[in-house]
Amino acid sequence: MILKSRTTERARRVAERVTDPELPMLTLADLGVLRDVDVVADDHVVVDITPTYSGCPAMAAMRDDLVRELRAAGFGTVDVRVSLHPAWTTDWITPRGRAALAAAGISPPGPAPSHDGPIPLTLLPTARQVRCPRCDSPATDLVSEFGSTACKAQYRCASCLEPFDHVKEI
Amino acid sequence: MDSHIETPPDDEHESAYSGLLVNDAHWAFGTDFEDPLAGVDTTIPDGVDAATLGTYALMLGDDSLVMSHRVSEWTSNAPDLEDDIALSNIALDLLGQARLLLARAAKADESLVPVLPEGSPAPPEDALAFFREAHQLRNVRLAELVNGDFAEATVRVLLFSVWRLAVWERLHSSRDHVLAAVAAKGVKELAYHRDYAARWFVTLAQGTDESRRRLLAALEELWPLWPELFDTHPVEAAAAEAGVGVDPATVREAAEGVLDQVLAAADVASPASPRRSGVLGRTGRDGMHGEPLSRMLAEMQSVARAHPRGLW
Repeated sequence: MILKSRTTERARRVAERVTDPELPMLTLADLGVLRDVDVVADDHVVVDITPTYSGCPAMAAMRDDLVRELRAAGFGTVDVRVSLHPAWTTDWITPRGRAALAAAGISPPGPAPSHDGPIPLTLLPTARQVRCPRCDSPATDLVSEFGSTACKAQYRCASCLEPFDHVKEI
Repeated sequence: MDSHIETPPDDEHESAYSGLLVNDAHWAFGTDFEDPLAGVDTTIPDGVDAATLGTYALMLGDDSLVMSHRVSEWTSNAPDLEDDIALSNIALDLLGQARLLLARAAKADESLVPVLPEGSPAPPEDALAFFREAHQLRNVRLAELVNGDFAEATVRVLLFSVWRLAVWERLHSSRDHVLAAVAAKGVKELAYHRDYAARWFVTLAQGTDESRRRLLAALEELWPLWPELFDTHPVEAAAAEAGVGVDPATVREAAEGVLDQVLAAADVASPASPRRSGVLGRTGRDGMHGEPLSRMLAEMQSVARAHPRGLW
């Protein structure tokens, strides 16, 4: 058992190093997409990942990257499984992941909204306390709730005038 | 000095070509993520009829697929870059939902999946998307109309998302694990779509005379298809009865309550126009569609149909 858990630990370390193709400053572990890594037999590893958005095209690349890296590390059989439940939330992005986003000029998400019952309609722009990741000014304006990838909104800083992405809370 | 131009050996995303050199052949018209439900518990819950579950998932999947395609037609055609990106993102979310739902339909009832020529690598969800005729699609007719102007896109996304969100807020307690998980994720996406469209609805209604005129015209045009969203098809009734689906009639009040908030904020009255009737009582859920759907499918499907064994 000790041997097996050591192998599992090694597989986990390899899987955790794989980065997001769209946000390469984040590992899949930092993004919270990597749910489980398990060595089920000898060189057979099973990885569970959860999609960020239903249509996120990066999922295919993540899967290919996991398979390639684990094979390179000597695991002959790599199964990547999809875990749909519970649904991914930005709350799973680790503190290290948030710091990496901010360092790359991307504003990290605030706490995800939680709802008991129906999600209320919001006709005004989403109120968020977003600081500019470049100059740290709190004077920022939402340009659009939809940004360069499914998971981001577009903002503009009113102080340094730079546009930037914000990972939106879900 | 030149070290910065070298590709870092540990960065697997530097070269767009590296992925083409491994993993040889892929089905040409889909992604290579082999099974979107790999590892998901697709057991059919006790006491549930497989054909009912399959057809119900197909209905929801076809709504997503057809709406996604129509919204995606805005890509590179929207009034400004931000809305181009927003509509493309909405289309992408819907396409992802379609993929999971069509895969669920195929897993529940294989007999739904068209039989393809031997050697075709198309996965079941793509066989459903690319190899069915219009009369085999079960989407609501609101989704399939030919696109109009931006006001029309706003009203259509609003009506569709308000209705769908109301249904999915209940669907996430489905006894079917896949439908429950797809709905739990989907409600978060649909809430963004709904609120985006609702804000534009109010903005256009309160904007210029021209924007208000266009918005009211779009609402007048689409309103006759709103009641169809709350019709209960026998398959939906059976799915609801079995605890895997939602009878859309039961969410009518909730959906109308949300829509009324938007109409009130925009100072717009509900149109009085009557519902569009079906053909001999048959509507989108029965496979009865307008000619525009056939034309849409012809464009969407022609390449895959010409190359059912297509690899690249």
